[in-house]
Amino acid sequence: MAVREMRETILKVENLSVKLGKEIVIKNLSFDVRRGEILTIIGPNGAGKTTLLRALLGIIPHDGRLEWKERIKINYLPQRMSKEKFNFLPISIREFFRFKTRSEEKILRMLEEVGLKGDGNILKKNPSSFSSGQFQRMLLAWVLIDDPDVLLLDEPMSGIDIEGETTIYSLLKKFWKKRKLTVFLVTHDLNVVYGYSTNCLCINKIKSCFGRPKKILTSKSLQDVYGTRIKFYKHTHR
Amino acid sequence: MEQIIFGLVTIIFVSGVAGYLGSLMITKRMALVGGPLGHLALPGVALALIYRFGIFPGAMLSIGAGALLIWVFSLRTKLPLEALTAIVFASVVSIGFLFLPLEHAEQALIGDITQINFFDALLAIFLSTALFLIIRKIYPLVILSEISEDLAKSLLINVKKYTLIYLVSVALVTAMEVKFVGILLTAGLIAIPAAASRNFSRNLTQYSNLSLIFGILCSVSGFLLFRITNLPIGPLIILTSFILFLISLIFSR
Repeated sequence: MAVREMRETILKVENLSVKLGKEIVIKNLSFDVRRGEILTIIGPNGAGKTTLLRALLGIIPHDGRLEWKERIKINYLPQRMSKEKFNFLPISIREFFRFKTRSEEKILRMLEEVGLKGDGNILKKNPSSFSSGQFQRMLLAWVLIDDPDVLLLDEPMSGIDIEGETTIYSLLKKFWKKRKLTVFLVTHDLNVVYGYSTNCLCINKIKSCFGRPKKILTSKSLQDVYGTRIKFYKHTHR
Repeated sequence: MEQIIFGLVTIIFVSGVAGYLGSLMITKRMALVGGPLGHLALPGVALALIYRFGIFPGAMLSIGAGALLIWVFSLRTKLPLEALTAIVFASVVSIGFLFLPLEHAEQALIGDITQINFFDALLAIFLSTALFLIIRKIYPLVILSEISEDLAKSLLINVKKYTLIYLVSVALVTAMEVKFVGILLTAGLIAIPAAASRNFSRNLTQYSNLSLIFGILCSVSGFLLFRITNLPIGPLIILTSFILFLISLIFSR
C-alpha cells in the first residue's frame, strides 16, 4: 500500500463551487488531503486560489461538500500581510501575539525558534521595525504559536528576497517535520512546488491537475492551467 | 452653579470616551467621519431647540435618519460611500438651516455647556461608561480586523457584528458631543486628542489610555478657559486640543 493511502484523510473536498456575486470563481473542485502533506496550490492570477483557502476556512459561502477531520486546529496567514500594515498602528509584538497567547515566555521561545532572538525588549518593538524577512519569520511564529494541526498560507513570501524566502521555507519544512503539520501553500514559485510540496493542486477555476509534482507537472499540464507555454528551469534549493 | 457642575461632569465623561473611540477611528482612518456625522445632527438639534426637548435625542434621531438614508442610497447606486455621505450631509445641513431659529444658531453650531441639566449629565455618565466598556471589549478585535479582515474571520471573530457595534458607538458619541461642542466641532474632539496620543505612544495600551486621558485633559482645560474668558466652550476645547497636538509633535516618534 502506498504511503499516502496509509495516512488519515484530514480534508475531503467534493464538487466545491464558489460564486462571488455573479461570477463563478471555483467550479466542481474535488480533492483530498492527508495528514502531514504539503499541498501547494498553483494557478494564474484570478484562478481562485485565495478563494479556495477562504472557502476551506468557511469564511465565504460555497456549494458542495467540504469535510475537515474533527477537532482540527487550522491557522491561516492571508495574502498581503505586509509590514506596512503595522506602520501606522502603535502595536507592539507583545500585543500582536496576545491575540494568541498571554505567555511572554512562550512568545520569546517561539520567536527564538524562528531565529528572532532577543530579550524582553523585542516584545516592545513594532512589527514594522523588522526587515521584510524578519517580519515574515515573525508571522510564521504567530501562526505556529498556538500549535495548529493545519496551516493555510497564501503567498507568504511575496515581497521578500530569495535568501529570505529560502530561510522561511527551510523553517517551514523544519516545523512541518517536527510538528507533523499539514500545510496548504498558495504559491507562484514552481521551485517551491518541486522543492517542498508532497502534492500539488493546479487550478484555473476548475481543477486542472492534482498529484505529486514530479508526476503531474509537465509542460502540457502547465500550459493547460496557465493558458500559455511555461518554461521551467529547475534548480535545487539549499 | 449647579448647571456648570452638570456641564463639567458631562464633558469629562463624553470627552474621555470620545478620545478613546477616536484612537480606534484614527487607526481605521475614519477620523473625519465625526464631522459629517455631527452635521447630520443639525435638523434634529434645530427641532430640539424649537420644541424644547433634549438635544441628544434630537441629534441621535437625525444622525440615525441620515445614516439610514446613506445606507438606502448605497443599495441603489454604485457610487462610493463617501460621495453618498457628502450628498446626504449637504442636503441634511441645508434642511436644518431652513428652520433653525437664528437666535439658537450659535448654540447649535458651537455648543453650549450652560444648557446641560441633571438628566443630561446622568445620561452622559451612564452612556459614556457603557460605551467605554463596550469599546474596550471590541477594541482588540477591531484592531485585528484592521490588520486583516480574513485573519480575524479565520479566528472566528464576527467582523460584521463588531463593525456594527463600532459604528453605532461612533454615532452615539458624536450625538453626545453635539451638546457642548456643537455640530461644527465634533470631529475635533474625536480626532485631535487621539492624534496627539499617537505621537506619544509606543503601543496600543498607551495609545488608547492616553487618548482617553487627553480627551478629558483638553475638555477640562477648555472648561477652565471658558470660566475665565466666558467665550464659547466648544472652540476652546478644540483649540486646547490643538495646542496639545502641537506639543505632541515635539515627541512624535
